[in-house]
Amino acid sequence: MLKIQNLTKIYTGGVQALTDVTFDVPQGQFLAVIGLSGSGKSTLLRCINRLIEPTSGKVFWHDQDVTDASDDELRRIRRKIGMVFQHFNLVHRSPVLTNVLAGRLGYVNPAWSLVNRFPKSDNENAFKQMERVGIADKAHHRADELSGGQQQRVGIARAMMQNPEMILADEPVASLDPVLAHSIMQYLEKINKEDGMTVLCSLHFLDLVHRYADRVVALNQGRLMFDGSPKDIDDAKFKDIYGREAERVG
Amino acid sequence: MKNRKSDPFRSLKVGIGVLLVLVVYAYGFQVTKVNLGETKSENRQQQLFRILRALAHPSIFEYEKDVFEVRVPVMIPCPEGGFEPDPIADKTQPHMVVTPACSDVRTNVHVEGFNFEPLTRGPLNLIPFESGVNLQLANIQIDRFGHFETTILLPNRPGEEAHELVAITRRNIGSPYLTQTAYDTWDKIIETVFMALLATTLGTIIAIPLSFIASRNLMKDVKSSLLGMSLSILLIPIGLYLGFQIADWSSRISQIFTGSVMLALPGAVTTPLVVWFGLRWALPQQEVQVPSAGVRAARMVVLLVASFLFIIMLYLVSFLMLTWGSTLEKTLGNFGFLGRFIRDLGDILNTVIRIFVGLGCAGAFSSLAARWGEGLSRRRDMLSRVSHHVLAFVAGAMLAIILMAIVNWFYQFRDINVYLAYAGGIGALFGLFASLLYKSTDAVPSGMIIYYVSRTIFNALRSIEALVMAIVFVVWVGIGPFAGVMALGLHTIVSLAKLYSEQVESIMAGPLEAIQATGANRLQTIMYAVIPQIIPPYISYTMYRWDINVRMSTIIGFVGGGGIGFLLQQNINLLNYRAASAQMLAIAIVVASMDYISSVLREKYV
Repeated sequence: MLKIQNLTKIYTGGVQALTDVTFDVPQGQFLAVIGLSGSGKSTLLRCINRLIEPTSGKVFWHDQDVTDASDDELRRIRRKIGMVFQHFNLVHRSPVLTNVLAGRLGYVNPAWSLVNRFPKSDNENAFKQMERVGIADKAHHRADELSGGQQQRVGIARAMMQNPEMILADEPVASLDPVLAHSIMQYLEKINKEDGMTVLCSLHFLDLVHRYADRVVALNQGRLMFDGSPKDIDDAKFKDIYGREAERVG
Repeated sequence: MKNRKSDPFRSLKVGIGVLLVLVVYAYGFQVTKVNLGETKSENRQQQLFRILRALAHPSIFEYEKDVFEVRVPVMIPCPEGGFEPDPIADKTQPHMVVTPACSDVRTNVHVEGFNFEPLTRGPLNLIPFESGVNLQLANIQIDRFGHFETTILLPNRPGEEAHELVAITRRNIGSPYLTQTAYDTWDKIIETVFMALLATTLGTIIAIPLSFIASRNLMKDVKSSLLGMSLSILLIPIGLYLGFQIADWSSRISQIFTGSVMLALPGAVTTPLVVWFGLRWALPQQEVQVPSAGVRAARMVVLLVASFLFIIMLYLVSFLMLTWGSTLEKTLGNFGFLGRFIRDLGDILNTVIRIFVGLGCAGAFSSLAARWGEGLSRRRDMLSRVSHHVLAFVAGAMLAIILMAIVNWFYQFRDINVYLAYAGGIGALFGLFASLLYKSTDAVPSGMIIYYVSRTIFNALRSIEALVMAIVFVVWVGIGPFAGVMALGLHTIVSLAKLYSEQVESIMAGPLEAIQATGANRLQTIMYAVIPQIIPPYISYTMYRWDINVRMSTIIGFVGGGGIGFLLQQNINLLNYRAASAQMLAIAIVVASMDYISSVLREKYV
């Protein structure tokens, strides 16, 4: 479904964020990406839908080359890939409903977006998605009036509005407390198990990885260090991923 | 802590520095002609006091006045045998006594008055014999008992006959009424406030879209191939020309209907409906599948017809506004200005349709061309490589020729064709150079080029004060507030565009990224991620600008730009300080209340 081949990203200024990363993601998998801060997890996720332009290498989405897609093709690819962010990235001053509806922007005609019109079916779908994550009563509140956990649910509802085939989650629980973190992860798990959605999720905590992920890829300084089942991360592998001085906690 | 040793060089440097500063300030005194002697001169000080007192009495209210005149003869100098004025006939009447009744020039005499109207005041003038000139010698103030006493210095006006001393005292009667100055000031200050309002509105509307193309964070991701860029540059003039043609055709077609209101009205009502249904069909709200080529072509045709009808409708609307506006102006009496407003709006609409259709057509052509170019460059075949070089060559030549033509418009060279040929050649070489520098598949940062060009233009125009711009506009549209509105409007556009774009640059990047990730295109990203974030700073900057415009429009009249400045300058030149004071007071009140209102509104909405 998603193939990443020899992906390399060098930022202007010479920082090498990704070096020759290659792996495949089959449909329906819950794949965790782990690594230290600055190891290139966010860059990897953003290169997949070209929020960041990769320097070299290829990304194939259903055998279509994403790195070579035209603007129109990219729009069609992006709308099939939902994205959830560490800092939720909601538009604070807009109502929750508008934030959720924004997930449809890849489908609606830009001319109608100028006058802020969405089809009726999208409105109904938006309320369905908000109900699913339990925030339907907040539909007309401003997004910044919500708590962190609620904001992340809006983020998930927005991603789900895209009717995606895959979710990219960039440390979705790093800014949340442990209880909320589990509730958000459970949503993602539910989507993965019930809808058969592919989930690509970068995570900090290994216990979350063990609990939710089918498979793990690990990055260290932009290089792929590990690709396999979470169970296979032993102490030696752990030190490969997190460095010699690292200690396991929890 | 380190042990600080005294460093002779350091002390020397400080000493030289202080000396240099002293020299700089000394030269500054010299250049600015600082002259304290002048400020201490008696004469100057008296003039200053006179003006300050006049300024403290703004000419706003006036009273009907009773005027009382009392005369007494005085001789300068004493004739031989002395001078004895006629005795006062009736001592119960107001009268003055001068002691002595004659004296030399530049000597003091004592003047005393009796039985005047109590509590009046006025000047004590000397009218030299048969001259008709009034020389004011003193101001007198009558006490409660109708008495005054003063000493005057006789001026250098020797004469054979007796001069006359006249005391003119006035008393206010009735209630105060507004002076003509007050009425004029009111008229002009209203004009001033509305000048500021119009300039701010105009500036804001135009500055908002401009601010997006002048913000780095939105433009740095805009990239296109050199091929697409060249093609879109080439098609801009063609689009512009076609747009003007279309506008002219539609204007002519609309004239079939504008024969009478009976025809124009149904036309203006039905076309929007047709256009609306056309748009609804041609722009489906969303589509999941890529439509077939046939459907896309059909939609294109419907869109073209719809836009053509829309332009005709605009012409019809402007015609109706012109007709009805003129009728209303005649029938509404005092509210005729509403009719005039409608008529003027129709007129403005009529003028801008052509411009907008031209620009719109050019924009549509160039964006279509960019798409085609992008498609062509992605083919990576011989055709794309050849056209990559050829189009860059031609586009470079065309750009240079257009630039040269603009330069020629200013300087009017004699052998322009030679200049154009040279410019075209150089431009073509630059184009070719660029096409060799970039491969046909490379992405050229076209957004940043637009960013730098627009920033440069904004900064250049912003550095020209509105007052200077007004001089140009006065030449164009004549003396009056319209020139002021244009000048302030232009300055508002460029400075707001810059301020706004800095706000766009400081928005949070997260939401932008999230909206882009949903597949939103550039327009949608601006609508859903940028605009919600910039509303508060935009409101606040617009208020601030209105504030500035009110203050600017008070002085733009100095160069003929209308508003209260014209009146103020006139009165200052006529030395009519009391009237000028009324105008300054009006400005102060308006500026202070604007300040207050904008701070309240800002608190409320931001």
